[in-house]
Amino acid sequence: MVRIFSFDYGAVLKQAFQMQFMLLFSRQGKLRLQKWYIAHPDKLKKKITRELITTILARKPKMCSFLEWRDLKIVYKRYASLYFCCAIEQDDNELLTLEIIHRYVELLDKYFGSVCELDIIFNFEKAYFILDELLLGGEVQETSKKNVLKAIAAQDLLQEDEAVEGALRDIGLL
Amino acid sequence: MPAVRGDGMRGLAVFISDIRNCKSKEAEIKRINKELANIRSKFKGDKTLDGYQKKKYVCKLLFIFLLGHDIDFGHMEAVNLLSSNKYSEKQIGYLFISVLVNTNSELIKLIIQSIKNDLASRNPIHVNLALQCIANIGSREMADAFGNDIPKLLVSGDTMDVVKQSAALCLLRLFRTSQEIIPGGEWTSRIIHLLNDQHMGVVTAATSLIDALVKKNPEEYKGCVSLAVSRLSRIVTASYTDLQDYTYYFVPAPWLSVKLLRLLQNYTPPAEDPGVRGRLNECLETILNKAQEPPKSKKVQHSNAKNAVLFEAISLIIHNDSEANLLVRACNQLGQFLSNRETNLRYLALESMCHLATSEFSHEAVKKHQEVVILSMKMEKDVSVRQQAVDLLYAMCDKSNAEEIVQEMLNYLETADYSIREEMVLKVAILAEKYATDYTWYVDVILNLIRIAGDYVSEEVWYRVIQIVINRDEVQGYAAKTVFEALQAPACHENMVKVGGYILGEFGNLIAGDQRSSPAVQFQLLHSKYHLCSPMTRALLLSTYIKFINLFPEIRTQVQEVFKQDSNLKSADVELQQRASEYLQLSIIASSDVLATVLEEMPAFPERESSILAVLKKKKPGRVPENDIKDNKSPTPITNHNNDVNNTTSSSADLLGLSTPTQPPESVVDNKKFVCKNNGVLFENELIQIGIKSEFRQNLGRLGLFYGNKTSSSLQNFSSTLSWSDENAAKLSVQMKPVEPVLEAGAQIQQMINAECIDDYTDAPVIIVSFTCNKVPYKITVKLPLTINKFFEPTEMNGESFFARWKNLGNTNQQRSQKIFKASSPMDLLVARTKIMGFGMQLLDGIDPNPDNFVCAGIIHMRAQQVGCLLRLEPNKNAQMYRLTVRSSKETVSVEICDLLSEQF
Repeated sequence: MVRIFSFDYGAVLKQAFQMQFMLLFSRQGKLRLQKWYIAHPDKLKKKITRELITTILARKPKMCSFLEWRDLKIVYKRYASLYFCCAIEQDDNELLTLEIIHRYVELLDKYFGSVCELDIIFNFEKAYFILDELLLGGEVQETSKKNVLKAIAAQDLLQEDEAVEGALRDIGLL
Repeated sequence: MPAVRGDGMRGLAVFISDIRNCKSKEAEIKRINKELANIRSKFKGDKTLDGYQKKKYVCKLLFIFLLGHDIDFGHMEAVNLLSSNKYSEKQIGYLFISVLVNTNSELIKLIIQSIKNDLASRNPIHVNLALQCIANIGSREMADAFGNDIPKLLVSGDTMDVVKQSAALCLLRLFRTSQEIIPGGEWTSRIIHLLNDQHMGVVTAATSLIDALVKKNPEEYKGCVSLAVSRLSRIVTASYTDLQDYTYYFVPAPWLSVKLLRLLQNYTPPAEDPGVRGRLNECLETILNKAQEPPKSKKVQHSNAKNAVLFEAISLIIHNDSEANLLVRACNQLGQFLSNRETNLRYLALESMCHLATSEFSHEAVKKHQEVVILSMKMEKDVSVRQQAVDLLYAMCDKSNAEEIVQEMLNYLETADYSIREEMVLKVAILAEKYATDYTWYVDVILNLIRIAGDYVSEEVWYRVIQIVINRDEVQGYAAKTVFEALQAPACHENMVKVGGYILGEFGNLIAGDQRSSPAVQFQLLHSKYHLCSPMTRALLLSTYIKFINLFPEIRTQVQEVFKQDSNLKSADVELQQRASEYLQLSIIASSDVLATVLEEMPAFPERESSILAVLKKKKPGRVPENDIKDNKSPTPITNHNNDVNNTTSSSADLLGLSTPTQPPESVVDNKKFVCKNNGVLFENELIQIGIKSEFRQNLGRLGLFYGNKTSSSLQNFSSTLSWSDENAAKLSVQMKPVEPVLEAGAQIQQMINAECIDDYTDAPVIIVSFTCNKVPYKITVKLPLTINKFFEPTEMNGESFFARWKNLGNTNQQRSQKIFKASSPMDLLVARTKIMGFGMQLLDGIDPNPDNFVCAGIIHMRAQQVGCLLRLEPNKNAQMYRLTVRSSKETVSVEICDLLSEQF
């Protein structure tokens, strides 16, 4: 069968493969981080979050990490007491989404030094900054662990300089 | 409290600890309210806060928001932080904005100004912060403000790699909100050439951008194919040490590989360049070969990343659908995964095989795995995996294996999860019909379905079996015998009673010769179920009984006794009462000749495609189930809902065809253009012209019909009557004044019609115009332009409220309807515009980011309610296709509006 060069309707109708949102929540169902790449009203966000947390917490450990939900696919994985959950398009790559989650966990782990839920609670802003270096607008931006950590280290350095500067100014040395 | 990195905010840490120490939800809320009051007073107070304090409070607000509380202040302070010269303060400002500011905020101008300043900064970290903010919340205003600068930043030689990465994704975000911002011409080639960039991170980010651009304009970006293939080729042949940190658990650049493979799925295989095509096939072969190599690591990350690339390669192979060898290899590889230890892999293999089953090259190869798939359906522990197995069995089913697959699905249905039963019933019904060579088998399957899963058998399914039995003489006797046997079960499902009642009423005579199923026995058997059934089924049975009187005059008295019972003749249910009394009278008064005519066997149904498939498609929006091997046929438009449902009888009242037959549809003149206009010539031939003028206000309409006699003789016995069932009239009441019986030569007469929309309805009433001209009778049937869209009141609204409503209405599938269809005439946006404006809704300009798209809003007025309705029509000129989405608070309305308008293009 030879297809004449023609427009592929399937492809046209395919949406962009952007991640829709990422949620981090605890085994007790407490939301720890939420990042939305698609704009929704707050009310809807809350509804989606509640629904997904309940659905995922009800699943058994050996079950498949993917589930169809509305017209999206949910990819999730549990790390210790935290669940990481991403919503992607139907045709997006599920396995690689699992590895985005893993890379994010690795980055958090490297940055905080064996990360735990408390680190994310107390330094939620850092968790956001790290995520923004890895994923931007729902797309993978930088997959190199070294490069992401370098970017975060550069940010921290700027902050520390400012802190030192502030301290010196406070004691009248500047 | 764990150590806080960077410059910690002690106050924030203390607050978080406080919250964590709260013993109850109430205590937590109390603490939060106290903090909110504190922050509010600090922000309002006269003492100016320094940057650090502002940052701390803004951070606290963010934390409170994360806990699930609404935050309605602090935005201004966050915006102030953007202009701080301290990075840490700026960063928190941006974070707050990307989490909490919506794009329509009044603050957007201030935010844009700050972003502008940061973009101009010499420090790349500041530039990136600004770019990330755009990528997170990019809006139309931002596209206007930065549409010029960002493309330059992306392709300039001076830009640092990290900035390029952010710029690419930032541009992607802006492109999604407003497609015209991408400059064409020489920029195209510069953007494409980012695929050759030295820095893997830049290529990764740029590939996402290019993928989106290609979707909009595949011709212009065609040059990316060969570059993408070269890049891919370099990655798959690289050893894992070559790519350093871009190697992920011994897999070279899995993210970039997947993105490139996906980019290539926008094109058909590059036929014009055999070199590129050859290299691409080599890449795909290499990926398939690597799957057979022993793993380089036992870690699941290694196998996940490797298989992620493999599955994407298989998607591309399926998409290209041209290399038989690759398709078969892909199928064998997936076959191995079917018995893998990892649930995830089994799930994905089943899913991917569904697509392979639809290719003529690999269909046979998929069938080899039938046994394993059946086992998966029965044995998998996770229902989502079982569901995939069912989907695959459906996809791989053909003539050769239909009996076995249908039997296995029936067996499984007895224990299947409730959540997938309904869908399985539909699938079994479709397969049984499609592949039936012997219709006795089909009848057995459907009756089994009703027996096993009666509750999940929808109307469409049992209507369909009746249509098929009526249309095929050879199976009628068998069907009668089988339902008769099935009805003997002590507890049988009501759907079985319906099918049994209908079939015995038509064909009971075929088995009446056997003493065991004599007329009296048949009647008693059916009537023994009568009292357990719903009124609708009882109504159907009453019709069966009157048919029995015709078929078996010997049981007339017994049947009449039943009609006479108080519970029927004086039933509280109007329908039952009416049937009982009318049938009783009919059986008393009518001669056997009359009875035989009135109660004649049903005529064959017009052959039509099963409506069950449409129901199945509707159940799975976004994932149209396939059981068709692709060949060169032109793609058929996909509809998310079904227009055939209206064709099948929708209530028991018409099922036996005892009501007055309406005109056969082919003779109805249905002038579709009147959906979008109110005045004009509705019908014209050499004898007569029928013109119409109409006006609508709220839920009321007035129509004037003008009949003009074009001949030189008078039209006698002139009449124009309405054909609109009572059921419909309860929703749209139509009053028609009678007309004079004679229409003189050359004269014109007028007829007024008043209409009131009471409830939502589908279709439109029909008028039957009849007359004799020179002693020859004529009859013309014309559909009135009284479709439900006539009762629209246009509604003006701004973008913000439009999108808010749009999203609200999109929450459930029930409220929206979507159709994707091919343009029936060349696309002309001006013509489309006129049509849409005539449709009755308000055309809202400037709301949709794409100027070619149409969005509209309107309210349909009915007597007791109003239904708000939003609509979006997206023309795709390249494909010559439209996508129409309608959302309203009522499903039936969405579907009807979608149907009406889609026929206009």
